Amino acid sequence: MAGTAVRGRLTWQVATVDAVMDETGSVRTIVLNVPDWAGHTAGQHLDVRLTAEDGYTAERSYSIASAPGEPVTVTVERLEDGEVSPYLTEELRVGDQIELRGPIGGYFVWTGADAATPLLLVAGGSGVVPFRSMLRHRRNLGSKAPFRLLYSARSLPDVIYRTELDEADDGVAVVYTLTRQQPPGWTGHTGRVGAELLAETAWPAGQDGLAYVCGPTPFVETVAAGLVGLGYPAHRVKTERYGGAGGK
Amino acid sequence: MTALDESVLDGNAIGGMLFEVFGSEMTAAVATCATCGASMQMAETVVYLRAPGTVVRCRSCAAVLMVVVRRHTQNCVDLQGIAALEP
Repeated sequence: MAGTAVRGRLTWQVATVDAVMDETGSVRTIVLNVPDWAGHTAGQHLDVRLTAEDGYTAERSYSIASAPGEPVTVTVERLEDGEVSPYLTEELRVGDQIELRGPIGGYFVWTGADAATPLLLVAGGSGVVPFRSMLRHRRNLGSKAPFRLLYSARSLPDVIYRTELDEADDGVAVVYTLTRQQPPGWTGHTGRVGAELLAETAWPAGQDGLAYVCGPTPFVETVAAGLVGLGYPAHRVKTERYGGAGGK
Repeated sequence: MTALDESVLDGNAIGGMLFEVFGSEMTAAVATCATCGASMQMAETVVYLRAPGTVVRCRSCAAVLMVVVRRHTQNCVDLQGIAALEP
């Protein structure tokens, strides 16, 4: 069972649900009270563990949606065949307790220390979650780092954090592409992220931008290859893939 | 694209398990493939969670780098595919 978290170690601990908010028809944000949280960096994860009455356990990793210093928050997309996400998105109520451990990850992170490097964030679906943490961290720091977010969603109602993203700060550009359905009069981009849209959105290779790409595996492969094709060195393209098995 | 493609993840997804095995944050650690010699951060490896156990493969040559099988509270770890691992 979870005990007191020791700094520098990764221990399971009990968190209490403080709030739940529906983001879209299948996506829910959960705010947690984690008494022994050691603090996180934008882009990090946490693992959630559910235990059935018969002792069977299922673990999934979720990106943290809140900025460092804010209450620990995850945003979970319901996967129809999922073991964990249907519970988190449909059953979990305020006051319920869940087991988690974290923060986890030192690769797909943005500390905010480097304000000179322009960032390109490319999200497919719920791949936008770690970018919300980075965008909020940028705001909280008062950072002037130039950010561009290219966000691919199926339709406008599938856009997670839309209100927040539409109030982007100075120096942050948010570009949507809607792949399946567009509202009447939509003048933005349509279709999947391809070479043309990347060329239009990405920082020119000469500006030494840093790219973060998060989404389903095929999306990440296409975008990462596209950025390398535009002249981004492979090590300047950080990738994070998710799918039905890994959850997000 | 098939559904199978989306069950292929990367090393970000196993950060917690790697922490459990090695006792520290490992997704940014650099692994050298014993088969082809390529170096990559653990987050950049190819990860299959649906195999019996967790299978970690080289992004350059697809050779198996690491297999972790959990049995009750113990992790059985095979690291033969990794020539070097630097935090």
